[in-house]
This record gives sequence, C-alpha cells and structure tokens, in this order.
Amino acid sequence: MELPNFSLALPEIFIALSAMALLVLGAFRKQEATQGIAILAIITMVVAALLVPAAGGNRAETFGGMFVVDGFAVFSKLLVLVASSLCLVMSINWLVKEKLERFEYPVLVLLATLGMLMMISANNLISLYLGLELQSLALYVLAAYQRDSGRATEAGLKYFVLGSLASGMLLYGSSLIYGFAGTTGFDDLAKVLAHGGIPVGVIVGLVFVMAGLAFKISAVPFHMWTPDVYEGAPTPITAFFAVAPKIAAFSLLVRVMVGPFGELTAQWQQVVIFVSVASMLAGSFGAIAQNNIKRLMAYSSIGHVGYGLIGLAVGDQVGIRGLLIYLAIYLFMNVGTFAIILAMRQKGRLMEGIDDLAGMSKTHPMMAAAMAIFMFSMAGVPPMAGFWGKFYVFMAAVDKGFIALAIIGVLTSVVSAYYYLRIIKVMYFDEPKEALDRGVSGSLSFIMGVNALLILVFTFVPSPLVSSAGAAAASLFGG
Amino acid sequence: MTDWPLLSITTFLPLLGAAFILTINGEAKVVARNARNVALLTSIATFLVSLLVWANFNPGTADFQMVDQASWLPGFDISYKMGVDGISLFFVLLSTFLTPLCILSAWEAVQTRVKEYMIAFLILETMMVGMFCALDLVLFYTFFEGVLIPMFIIIGVWGGPRRVYAAFKFFLYTLLGSVLMLLAILAIYFNAHTTDIQVLLSHPFPAALQSWLWLAFFASFAVKVPMWPVHTWLPDAHVEAPTAGSVILAGVLLKMGGYGFLRFSLPMFPLASHDFAPLVYTLSIVAVIYTSLVALVQEDMKKLIAYSSVAHMGFVTIGIFTVQVQGIEGAIYQMLSHGIVASALFLCVGVIYDRMHTREIARYGGLSNRMPQYAFVFMVFTMASVGLPGTSGFVGEFLVLMGAFQVNSWVAAFAALGLILGPAYMLYLYRRVIFGKLTREDLKSILDLSPREVAVFVPLILVVLWMGVYPSSFLAPMHASVAKLINDYQLVQTAGDPASLALR
Repeated sequence: MELPNFSLALPEIFIALSAMALLVLGAFRKQEATQGIAILAIITMVVAALLVPAAGGNRAETFGGMFVVDGFAVFSKLLVLVASSLCLVMSINWLVKEKLERFEYPVLVLLATLGMLMMISANNLISLYLGLELQSLALYVLAAYQRDSGRATEAGLKYFVLGSLASGMLLYGSSLIYGFAGTTGFDDLAKVLAHGGIPVGVIVGLVFVMAGLAFKISAVPFHMWTPDVYEGAPTPITAFFAVAPKIAAFSLLVRVMVGPFGELTAQWQQVVIFVSVASMLAGSFGAIAQNNIKRLMAYSSIGHVGYGLIGLAVGDQVGIRGLLIYLAIYLFMNVGTFAIILAMRQKGRLMEGIDDLAGMSKTHPMMAAAMAIFMFSMAGVPPMAGFWGKFYVFMAAVDKGFIALAIIGVLTSVVSAYYYLRIIKVMYFDEPKEALDRGVSGSLSFIMGVNALLILVFTFVPSPLVSSAGAAAASLFGG
Repeated sequence: MTDWPLLSITTFLPLLGAAFILTINGEAKVVARNARNVALLTSIATFLVSLLVWANFNPGTADFQMVDQASWLPGFDISYKMGVDGISLFFVLLSTFLTPLCILSAWEAVQTRVKEYMIAFLILETMMVGMFCALDLVLFYTFFEGVLIPMFIIIGVWGGPRRVYAAFKFFLYTLLGSVLMLLAILAIYFNAHTTDIQVLLSHPFPAALQSWLWLAFFASFAVKVPMWPVHTWLPDAHVEAPTAGSVILAGVLLKMGGYGFLRFSLPMFPLASHDFAPLVYTLSIVAVIYTSLVALVQEDMKKLIAYSSVAHMGFVTIGIFTVQVQGIEGAIYQMLSHGIVASALFLCVGVIYDRMHTREIARYGGLSNRMPQYAFVFMVFTMASVGLPGTSGFVGEFLVLMGAFQVNSWVAAFAALGLILGPAYMLYLYRRVIFGKLTREDLKSILDLSPREVAVFVPLILVVLWMGVYPSSFLAPMHASVAKLINDYQLVQTAGDPASLALR
C-alpha cells in the first residue's frame, strides 16, 4: 500500500498533535496552566501559519483525493489562523478577569481551528462533513463555556440544536448528491456533471448543502440564531464566531460551488443572489433598532455576509477575488471592534450596551478613534479599508452585469451606515455618563492599534492583499 | 521648483500637520495653544505652496499640468494621479485660502477639544485639495467621500443643539448620492478599462450608457451642489455646524458638485448632458426662485444665508449646462465668488454669534452704532452677495446670464428674477441686523471687531474687490481649458453618436 503524502497536511497534523499534547498537559497541570497553554496554543497557530505556505502553493491532492491544497486554501487558512490566534490573544486577559481559567478553552479553540483548516482543504463531501463537524462541536462547547450564566447556556443550546439541524440538512443533501451522481469526490462530481445531463436530485441535494453552509455563515434565511448566540456567548467567543468560522465556511462554500458544481452555476447563482440580497437587507435593517452592541455586530455580520456573497454570486475569478479581499478586511475590522468591546468595562464588569460607549472620545480618545475607524470602515466610507472590500465586490458585480444586485448593495450600505454612525455619535457627540474603566490591557490595546492601522494603511498599500487574493482566486479557476 | 510634486505636497502637507498635532500631549491649555499654532502654520504653509502651483501654472494650454503619477491598485489601470487644469486650479486655491481663515476664526470660538478640531480641519483640507487635484476617478471618489468623515465629526461635535440630526442628515444624504456614482465609476471602468480622467475625457461612451452614467453622477453632484429638491440637508447642516464648518461647507463642499459637473458630466457624457440640460435648467430655476422666497422669511441668519447659497448655486448649474464660454466661465467665477462671499457672510454671522450666542435676526438691530467696522464689513459682503458691480458677485452672475441668453432666453429671464429677489432678502437682512435703533440692553455693550477678526476679513475683502475689478487675472488661466471643454462638447453634438465618431 502506498502511503499518502502527509506533508501537504502538515499544518493540520501539527495542530492536531499539539492540541492533544496540550490536553494532556492541561490534565496533569490543572487549571493554573491555562495561561501557559493558551500561549502555547497561540504559538502552535503561528507555527502552523508558517507551515501553511510551505505545504503548497500549487494544487496538490492527498489522502486519495479527499484533501486538497492550492493557493486558495493557503490564503483562506492564513486568514483563519490569523483570526483564531488574535481571538485567543484577546481571550487570555478575559479568562483571567472573569475567573474562567480552564485549560480546555485554548484546546477547544485549537480544535475548532483544526476543523476549519480541514473544511478549507476538503475535496470530498465526506471530508467536508468531518471538518465541519469537528469545528461545530468545538464551537458548541465554546458558546456555552460560561456555564453558570443562563444566557450563555441558552446560546450554546440554541446554537447546538440549530447547528445540528443545519448539519443534518447538509448531510441529507450530500446523500442525495451521492445517490444521483454516484460519487462524493469533488473532482469526480465535476467530471460527472460536465458530461451528460444534470439529474434533478443533484440540484435538490445541492440546495440542501447550500442551506447547511448558509447556516454556518449566518446568511438569511438561516440567520436567526446569530443575534441570540452572539449576545449570549462570552464576548471573546463571539469575536471568534464572527470571524474564523465564517471565513472557513465561506471558503468551503466557494470551493463547493465553483469546483464540483461549476457546471450548475446557473442553478445555484439565483439562490446565492437571493440569499445575498436578503442578508444585506436583514443585516442593515435589523441592526437599526439594536441597543446591545453584540447584537448589533451580529446583524452587521449578516449584512457583511450579504456583501461577500455578491462575490460568490458573480461566480468568476474577479468575484472570488473580491470575496477574499472582503473576508480579509472583514477579519481585521471585526477583530478590532471586538477588542474594543472587550475593553468596555465599568468597575470590572463587561458592558454591552451601545449607550455605555457614551462620551468615550473624552475618556478614551485613542480607543474611540480606533472604534470610529472600524465603524467608518464597516460603513464602507473611503479611505478606510472597508470601502475597498465593497469596491472589489461591486466591481465584480458590475463587470458581469449584476447591476441590480450592486444597486441593492450600495443602497443597503447607506442604510447600514446609519447604525455605524450611531456608534460614532454615541462616542463623540454624547456626554459621558459613567466612564468606562481606564487601564485597558496591553494585548487588547495592541490588537486595536494594529488593526486600526491596517485598516488605514490599506488604502495606501493595497497591493499585497489584492495580489495575493487575486492569485488565490486564480488558483481556484486555473486547476 | 517645477519638478517638485507640488500638488501632492499641497494635498498631504495638512495631513502631516494633523499627524504632528496628534503627538502633542500635556496640559490642556498648552495643548490647545500648540494645536492652534501648528494648524495655522500648516494651513498657511499649504496656502503658500498652492500659490506656487498658481505661479507655475501655464495658462496657455488646456492640458493638465504638474501631473504626479504613481501606481496604486495592482492589476488595474487605476493609479494615483494628480494634476490641475484651468478649471480645477482655482478651486485648489479656494480650499487652501479658506482653511487658514477658518482656523483663525475658531481661535477663540472653539474652546473644547481644540486638538481634535484642528486635526479634523487639516484632514478636511487634505481631502478637499486632493479631490480637486485627482486625475483618477477612483482617487477622486476616495477624496470625495473622505470629506464626509471630518465634516460629520465637525458638525456633530462642535455644532449647535440639533447637531446630531444635522450631521446624520448631511452624511446619509451625501452618501446616498455618492454610492450611485461609485457604481457608475465601476461601469466606466469596464467600458473604458481605465479610470484615468485624462483618458476618459476623450473616451466615447455609447449613447445609451451615457444617460445612465449621467444620472448616477447627477445623483451625487446634485446632492452636493445642492439642487432643489435635494437641498434640504444644507440649511440643517449650516445652522448646526460651527462657524468654520459652515464656511468650509459653503465655501468648498458645495463647489464639489459644480466641479463634478464640469469635470465629468459635461466632457464625458456630452450627449446625455445635452439631453438632460432642460432638466437641470428647470431644477435650477426652481432653486433660484423658490429658495430665494424661502430665504425672505427666515428668522435665523445662518439659515437665510444657507438658502441664498442654494439660489446662487442655481446660477452655477444653469451656467454650466449652457455650455457657452460665458456661461461656464461665469459658473466657475460664480462658484469662486460664492465660495469667498458666502464664507465671509458666515464668518460675519459667527462674529456676532460669538458675542451674543444667538443667530435669531430679531435679537439684533442697530449694530451700526456700536460696531461701525463690522457694519462696513458686513455691507461689503452683502453687496458682493447681491452682485453689485465692482464686486466678485457681479462678474459671475453677469457672465452666467449672458451665457444663458444665448441658449434660452426664458431660462435667462427666470434666472434674472433671482437678481431681484437676492437683494431683497439680503438687504432686508442687513437692515434688520445693522440699522434701526439699538434697543436691546445686552447689545449696548457689544464690542466691535477684534484685530484677529479684522485679520480674517481683510484678505476676504481684498479678494472680493480684486475679483470684481480685475477678473481677467482669474478668467485668463481658465480660458484654454474651458475653450477645449466646449470645443469637444460641440464636436460630439454635431457628430452624433460617439461610436460613429470613433470610427472616423
């Protein structure tokens, strides 16, 4: 028997081994080792991030075609690793302050990240499902991590029940596809669908698979869990939810749609367009009435998913590049914003109301400036990076003649500007009521500062991100 | 000197100053003083550099001059490109001229968060200058939208009681207009495969596409100008903004719309411009007459001047779409003149607002007794605003009407009504504030202009008179560019569809 090429999956193998080792270490050293384990977990991710580009730039498959590495996978994996490690950095301080130091936390984040990397490299419906479940199971636990809190438990349970439903739909869709097409491998699917007619069963199955994935990226109409889970879950976990799993699920969605079902573009395109429009509308209008900043971020993320989906709806190389750029910028905006939310403490307690930000520009000028940068960026006002994310996505839409989609996109972005501005208004125009605590921890300030700087600088130096996203998108279509 | 990237220096020098102010720390009073000084010095230095731009400008050619170029977005024909021609030159100067005056006017009026205030103004200046210099559509859009951020903050933080409403209205109205322009820019990119304005100016767009693109650009510029009926954000923004904010709003931000029509709508979409000209005329005439009437009944000084701005900008849009030499040069002149005069009027209001903390007209009266200097200054600008010969306002209005008569005498006749209504509301305002008996107790101790305020007004008066007495120093540099613009426009009109033009 020939051995599979392990070197392609080196980052995943490394993370898996490290996670297990850390678990054992935690079991022996008990809770006081939490911080150390968290730091080791971050180091693991950094090392994995270094291994990812080494594992491959050219398209290569291993494990009997179940696992694929290409430029697209490298790009997405790097995003996921950056997101996960930043969220873990933000968590350390929170764990200490909330007295929730349990060593399982970093290990679970690590396992979820492993699941995401598997998703990104999945080249078969089976490996897709395995990666997805590994990720989801870890996330279910994390959502309910603050187990003495009623809200967190509720969030975890809700996420679990709805998530399992989505997984079930995905699995059912996969079985339909297998039944009608006779294979689960993406490459074979592409071949089967390219020759001969497309069975209706495959299309039905595809819709089920899309439903399952839409749940994971919280796209309308599978978005209902998002505000509740975002609000209920502990804030660092919310930050994690908002970024890493979305990037992974988006990458997976792109790979599935463009790869095996590339022939069915006409069929899935209309679904994606609907989901995109509905998400943009729900995201922008839903957020207007929110008073809890985490709920607001939930609706905001639904809206952002809608914009990202425009890139997928276009379905060509330009569209996917737009989507990847959007995801990268979304990552930095969101992580930065959540760092600020994590720094919102009054007398040691975490605050979540938008009103609690009142007058922050006076008490915490730098933090308020950073938040303003993130909010303007999310609203898509140049010269912030968020504008360029939208720019590239709309560019793809206009190029392919999706004018109506683009018009809805820009109009909802004006609506969404309203609630982003509201946060700036509260920080800058309102008088402080009860000041937030001073002395924001170093790691949070660092994350805020770096992300704000990246958002600002992107306008001046766009080429590194744009070129690499372009190359990643090209690798998906070239092979 | 000519090989220096003068335009980029003019654009980014204020940003440098803002970055420097950001580093100032220490005791609140010291910080405020240093921030003021740095901001003033930076803006004066910027103005001096922009004078160099004028000195180096060659009025004999219609080409863009002092072009800087650098690659920007990889893989696209979208680059960082700056340059000026006769149309944009004076708008750059207008921006750099008004900013130091704004900073000076806020010297004492702004006492809270001085550091942030100065930073916001310097960033605003960078955005304004960059917008007028940009020779790439995407770069233009970046600056065009970027203006919103500091302005939103300026209105919202240092504004009046309804500042939040005004700031939101300003931001969302303008954003709504501009996002449609963004889509048009993308459509242009895919039609012409570049966003280089120099190339696009001679790119023949298909006639059907032109109409859509024109409308999308119109949505953005009409809000900015502002044209009736999308002008309603302006009175709110003006009333609530701090004095210097109103000055920039009236002086420069409104000109962005007119500049956009001149730079993009006319040369790039000549066929559509021709088709839509009656629409623009109609809206402009409504603006001139309706907003003048509205101005007559205002109780608030700033609101009155804000409505008068809408009326004056109505002249500008008429002038632009006559596509006559006189009409367009008159429109540009009117914009420059209005930029100076309306700014000065807002500063005048600011002077008494700083003393009395009210803008209600009825609260004043008889100021000529206590404030003769102020009465004189206010009179000069009132006269300039109504277009008295010898002031800058006359030249612009006269040229616009001359252009309009050649195209459509009805348009000219209706627009001329504005010349009657304009003096009506301005003189009425002047009488109520300056003349009459000094009856109110608190006005009896009001002080005349301070040396700092005199320093603000003297340059403005000089420019108003200079522009009124010797217009050629301003008209001559714009001549070649305007002639080329009109020539290209006429060529397309006679040739018909640009697609057939391209084949020849």
